[in-house]
Formats: sequence, structure tokens, C-alpha cells
Amino acid sequence: MNVLAVEVEKQLGTFKLAVRFQAPGGATALFGPSGAGKTSVINMIAGLLRPDHGRIALDDIVLFDASAGIDVPPHRRRIGYVFQDGRLFPHLSVRQNLDYGRRMSGHPRDAGALDHVVDLLDIGHLLERRPRMLSGGERQRIAVGRALLMRPRLLLLDEPLAALDAARKREILPYLVRLRDEAGVPIVYVSHIAAELRHIATHVVCLNAGHVIATDGIDLLKEGDADAFA
Amino acid sequence: MFDLTAEEWTAVELSLRVSLVATAFALPFGIAIGWLLARRKFWGKALLDGLVHLPLVLPPVVTGCLLLISFGRRGAIGAFLYDYFGLVFSFRWTGAALSCGVMGFPLMIRPIRLSLEAIDRRLEDAAATLGANRALVFFTVTLPLALPGVIAGMLLCFARALGEFGATITFVSNIPGETQTISAAIYTLTQVPGGDAAAGRLVVVAIALSLGALLISEWFARRAAIRFHGE
Repeated sequence: MNVLAVEVEKQLGTFKLAVRFQAPGGATALFGPSGAGKTSVINMIAGLLRPDHGRIALDDIVLFDASAGIDVPPHRRRIGYVFQDGRLFPHLSVRQNLDYGRRMSGHPRDAGALDHVVDLLDIGHLLERRPRMLSGGERQRIAVGRALLMRPRLLLLDEPLAALDAARKREILPYLVRLRDEAGVPIVYVSHIAAELRHIATHVVCLNAGHVIATDGIDLLKEGDADAFA
Repeated sequence: MFDLTAEEWTAVELSLRVSLVATAFALPFGIAIGWLLARRKFWGKALLDGLVHLPLVLPPVVTGCLLLISFGRRGAIGAFLYDYFGLVFSFRWTGAALSCGVMGFPLMIRPIRLSLEAIDRRLEDAAATLGANRALVFFTVTLPLALPGVIAGMLLCFARALGEFGATITFVSNIPGETQTISAAIYTLTQVPGGDAAAGRLVVVAIALSLGALLISEWFARRAAIRFHGE
């Protein structure tokens, strides 16, 4: 069963993106060098970038279909997005950041869900702080929690470790593995670092110069990658 | 220290009322047009920008004269507003508020526009992925982040309204109790023998009000900065 089916084309200046892949459940890695178009692809999945042609579907829900004129706006897609730089709201406390998705969708308060995410990510001691007073690793954990608490159908992570040093990466990686195993939400994980993906991914989509060049299990991620860190 | 006469109190009270009403009514327009200028590309944008800033460069008397022509009882807009809403501007304090609002508008727009331009738009994208529609994104992310600029714009508009003289006196004249603000009262007092003491008292009041507005807005701006930056 495929959870996510993507078939999109987009002209970005002189760069032509034409990508087609399917992602089963679990954690799908979108792997490729910088400039391969990885972030553009997940921006299209999230609804932040509009494809020129194609179709995006999640289970049996069509999110985008150019020929049928369907383009669900991002706020109705229920797709959690963890950005490379976290993008926490600076004018809100950590608790308010975590609660933002629930408030916007008008769901009733759910203390159980909050406790669960707080435990999963180990962020209970940070709730009353402002984003400015968090370390890079803490900020990313809050960003993951914020995306999870909107009860997403799919979670997109765009190089969530890129802004962190090696020690911080090792600190967060176990949380992401737990997320994959316990949260029950399919994940699309963007990275150009094979070593990082080997910990997380269950399925790999290789992207280069705007095209999918291979899809398979994690054997695609060769040992001895230059960017290895773990 | 000094006692204001009843007429002087009236001028002070009127000035405050005119300036507050002018600022309050200018604010939604200031935010809307500031947002248009900061975020949108449209035909005639340069023209709108120019029109909004016109009161800053025109002689105030010209602005007052234009208001008289357009918002007077027989003016194109004034006649319409009177016929359909019973609104009268000429020789009323509402007209003073209108002219003060118009004169303060360019000063209000500028900081609002700058603060909107400085906002990281990617935070708005993040809010959208979290389920906020465009209106909610604006009211929960954009506007709170632009708050320091909004406060600065309100202060500048209020201060300009307190000091407005030329456009107001041209448009609604200088009627004690109706359109005679502090500025107009000081001008009148300086024209009559023995008015110096009263004028001096009003000058002190004007300084106190302006300084007070400045301090209050500084306090708000600092609080906003603490909220955003933590320290």
C-alpha cells in the first residue's frame, strides 16, 4: 500500500523539476545533493509551492490535481512540516507554539496528546520558555512536537538536523527514531546526508537535478558516505 | 502650579479627543494600506503610495482647502456622507479629526509598512501548514510581529494630530468648543493683548502631552521587544 503518491512538474527559472515517486508508510528518505529539488518537492506536498502539472495524493485524498483543477490550500492539508530552521513563532511561548495547530483548527484541548508528545520529545522543562532562549536542538524538538500536535496525516521533515553540530545531531536522532516507531504518522525525511538517513529511513527516493534516479530500500545509501557523522 | 481656565480645558479636552479619534480611525486604513504597499504588486501602486504621502509634502493649507472642497456640505464626498449617513464634517470637531487623521496618515503608514516588510514570511508559511487560514495567519502571526511598527505609527499619527494647525483651521475654522484645539487656541491667544500667560500655560500642556505620548509608546515598544527577543 502506498500512502503518498507524487507526480509533479515545475519549472523554476532554468531548473526543471519532474518528479514521480510513491512512498509507503514508515519513513521515506528524499535523498540527493543540494540543489536537487528536494525542498521544492516537499513544499509542493505541503501546498506552499504550486506545481505546473501533475497530481499529489495522500491515501485516497487528492491534494493537488492540475487537470482536475484541485489544489487544497496548505491550511486544509493537515500535513505537518518541520522546517530546517524550526520557524518557531518568536512572539509565543513554547507551550503556545505547541498549541498553535490545535487552536487554528479549533479542536478541543487534549491534555493527553500534549503529555504524550512532551514525553516523547522530552520537552516538559521547556514549556514556559521563549523560542529565543532555546538551543538549536531544543528548538527542533519543539518544531517536531508542534507539527505532531496538529495530528497530521503526514509529517515532512526538511533537513531537520542541518543547522545542528554533530553532538546535537546525536542528541536528536533517537527522538526521530522514536517518532517513526511510536507516533504512527508516515514521514518524508529530506536530507543529503546518507549516514543520517540510515538511522531513520525505511525507504529511499534518490533525487538528482530535478529527477528521481532511484527508489528502493535503505541499501541505496552506500556505506562510506563522505558526510558520515554518526 | 497653574490653573487652566474653563476655555483652556475645553481646548485641551478637544485636542485629546480629536487626536485620539483621528488615530483610532486612521489605524485600520493604515494597516490595510501599509499591508497593500508592503505585500502586493498592483497597477497604480506608485500612485497610491504618492497619494498617501501627499499631505506630508503639500502645504497644510492646500490639504485643508482640498478637504473643504471634497468634504464640505456641498463637496462631492461631503454631500454624499450627509445625504446617506447624516455625517457632517465642516465646522465640526469631526472635521478637525478628519483633517488631523489625513495629516497624520503618511506618518502612520511608514513604520507599519516597514515592520510588515521586515517580517519573515516563512513564519506565515509555517502557520499555514499548522492549519491557519489567511485571516488567522494575519491576526495571529503577521499583526503581532508588526506590533512595534503599529505602535510607532500610532504615536506619530497622534503627535502629528496634536500639532496639526494649518489644514484644520482651513477646513473647519477656529471655533471655541468645537474646532479650537490647543494649537488653534495658542495661535488665537498670541493675537490678542494680554494672552501671553494663557498661551504659555497651553504651551506647557502641549509639551506635557507630546512627551507623555512619546514615553508611553517607548514603553510599549520596549515591552514588545522583550516579548520577541527574550531580554
